[in-house]
Amino acid sequence: MHMEARRVGESLIVRLKGELDLNTAEAFKAFVREELAASRRVRHLILDLRAVPFIDSSGVGAILGRYREIKEERAGRLIAWGPRQPVRRVLALSGLVRVMDVVDTQQEALALLKEGNRNP
Amino acid sequence: MTLPDGIANRVAMEFPSKAENVAFARTAVAVFASQLDFTLEELDEIKVAVSEAVSNAVIHAYGDAVGTVRVEAVITAEGELVVWVRDDGRGIEDVGTARQAQWTSRPEERMGLGFTFMEEYMDGVEVDSAPGAGTRVTLRKAPARARVAG
Repeated sequence: MHMEARRVGESLIVRLKGELDLNTAEAFKAFVREELAASRRVRHLILDLRAVPFIDSSGVGAILGRYREIKEERAGRLIAWGPRQPVRRVLALSGLVRVMDVVDTQQEALALLKEGNRNP
Repeated sequence: MTLPDGIANRVAMEFPSKAENVAFARTAVAVFASQLDFTLEELDEIKVAVSEAVSNAVIHAYGDAVGTVRVEAVITAEGELVVWVRDDGRGIEDVGTARQAQWTSRPEERMGLGFTFMEEYMDGVEVDSAPGAGTRVTLRKAPARARVAG
């Protein structure tokens, strides 16, 4: 699992490359925590999932944990950017899509945050 | 090597209960399953289901110790994939409760969704377990195309 992060305004954009499962979930969790700790300005987390071919319940749990952190500690939002079809299905089946938005482009993600539309 | 009656092909593997081996197990089973007429989507479903069963064994079976996980997959003469994931670990006291979503015996973040995915993505899921006697999960799936064709 390769991970990169960059900041755009109040959003942290984390690009993941590789499979998100039991073996990689811990590294993902630690990486996002470290990146969040480095900036108090960051409120929202945008996960670039375009290069994630596989996710299972361990990956879903790791994403849910990060959602809770940004929601509770920063009143922020979580957006999934570009999940492939198999990943999108797992996110839907898990119920994660009820607490996060799924978008196809970075522009769409940033526009959503600007509008302040809240995913109920 | 002679195959038992009703079995067209078979693979078996065993490995230590380490998270690093989950990807190998699900990929190996999916490649084996591709001998049947599964769609790519169905192969993705098989990968998720096997990943869940093996992850459960890795996380729950042996506590913090490392034990052995065995995965066996067969293709039956009727064209069905059957996968067994076995461990010799602590076993499950109440399988019914363990299979319910949101339940998990350890405070990690997996939400106990593993069985939800297995049940959604496979045609059949069976769990045989008893405290101290290990756990065996059986996953079954046939290609939908074959079912439609009769």
